[in-house]
Amino acid sequence: MAISANAILTQAMLGLNNGAFYAMLSLGLAVIFGLLNIVNFAHGAFYMLGAFVALIGLTQLGPWLGMPDLQINFWWALLIAPLVVGLLGILIERTLLRRLYGLDHLYGLLLTFGVALVLQGFFTNFYNTAGTPYPGKPEILDGVVNLGFMYFPKYRLFALVVSLLVCFATWYLIERTKLGAILRAGTEKPKLVEAFGVNVPLLITLTYGFGVALAAFAGVLAAPIYAVSPLMGADLIIVVFAVVVIGGMGSIMGAIVTGLALGMIEGVTKVVYPPAASTVVFLIMALVLLVRPAGLFGKE
Amino acid sequence: MLEPHADEILRVSDLHAYYGESHVLHGVDLTVNRGEVVTLLGRNGSGRTTTLRAILGLVTSRSGHISINGHQAIDLPTHKIAHLGVGYCPEERGIFSSLTVEENLLLPPKIRSDGMSLDEIYEMFPNLKERRKSQGTKLSGGEQQMLAIARILRTGASLLLLDEITEGLAPVIVRTLGDVIRKLKERGYTIVLVEQNFHFAAPLADRHYVMEHGRVAAMIDKEDLEDNKELINRFLSV
Repeated sequence: MAISANAILTQAMLGLNNGAFYAMLSLGLAVIFGLLNIVNFAHGAFYMLGAFVALIGLTQLGPWLGMPDLQINFWWALLIAPLVVGLLGILIERTLLRRLYGLDHLYGLLLTFGVALVLQGFFTNFYNTAGTPYPGKPEILDGVVNLGFMYFPKYRLFALVVSLLVCFATWYLIERTKLGAILRAGTEKPKLVEAFGVNVPLLITLTYGFGVALAAFAGVLAAPIYAVSPLMGADLIIVVFAVVVIGGMGSIMGAIVTGLALGMIEGVTKVVYPPAASTVVFLIMALVLLVRPAGLFGKE
Repeated sequence: MLEPHADEILRVSDLHAYYGESHVLHGVDLTVNRGEVVTLLGRNGSGRTTTLRAILGLVTSRSGHISINGHQAIDLPTHKIAHLGVGYCPEERGIFSSLTVEENLLLPPKIRSDGMSLDEIYEMFPNLKERRKSQGTKLSGGEQQMLAIARILRTGASLLLLDEITEGLAPVIVRTLGDVIRKLKERGYTIVLVEQNFHFAAPLADRHYVMEHGRVAAMIDKEDLEDNKELINRFLSV
């Protein structure tokens, strides 16, 4: 069995591309879990929602409002979708999640799973679960780039670079700034941070909004690559949870590195042994759980 | 109720506090005047730590009156109480392991502009300067205690609530902490010390409150300590 190095590199690149999405989503999950102690099962639904805000903004919002010329283009969607979905997240945190703090993790998981089902069900009513293509890919990102070993779609390269920038900006914000120090401290001992005069309940709300907005941003970025479907988040979130488990709950760098690495491993498996491509992540998860139950980058 | 004293920085009256279902404080009354060092003495479980935690709203529920710098604090959420001018050093020290020493120091937000500067703090605690890049919890127990005190000096808080700062520390460090308390008093800080170590507290404090069963059982002035030795021994069973 001869597999060309080129094929492996090509799949590794495409895998890295998927991995960047895993990284962005698991990052949000890790930040939310750290401060809220909630396993946010609705994360995939917010990712899906981000893609739908982009799709609806481009193709449907104008006609609905009686202004057929109104189109929210891709660039505006990158800004607006995270804001809209982030605000929805804030609303959900204030009205629903807030009642669960101090209870077992299970309750938060059940509630957010319910929220995910409601959102998916709602969109399944109106949209094809097989997916609707997003027609708004900017012209400037059409075509391919020659990477030497392969021709890589320009848009995918753009999505990869932007995701990496967002991941590392988030890492920098949390690990290197004053605000990040407050967030890390709040994750460890929220009551003491509050006793120092920090409005921790507000911090929690904003953190949830931020994590959810990150998922929506990833959703917009994904829209031109994958079809926009009510189930796009549900498909992805399972792998993302595996990423978080492998990387270690609550570790920022762990989430980023693990997301990228697993995307690549998944891609390479597609050429080396295709039948295992969709299970390799879970095999790794099982192995990591056996050897390091807290995850590769987890503490304790 | 007595008229509030002009120099009064903290007045607690009829304070009740609960952890879950259990009723821990049964009507605590105490006052602290500006610039004083006051201790809360008593056995384990007498409610001293809970009194500090209840002042900050870190209990399940509380009732009664708390006034800090003339403002009612009983109905305020925890994060607003610090802004009345309170700095808190918890019994377990509360050093954050995901923060460096300097990040720990800079964590509590400034509530007034007249706190100590970072340079002044490093002058008072030279060890912390040396280890400012280390992970907070990598410090020795004594250094962690210094850090826990140092980080509330920057904020401009004038009332410091210090819980069991000498617990588990070597005598030489306890002596250093005694010097620190003296220096802070000279600088005009008001300090409430929860102490187990009476020999540490006795020479530092202006007044002592002795607690038992969730209330104040006695208040003893510094001058009357000698005459009340027996009473104190009985309450502390030392």
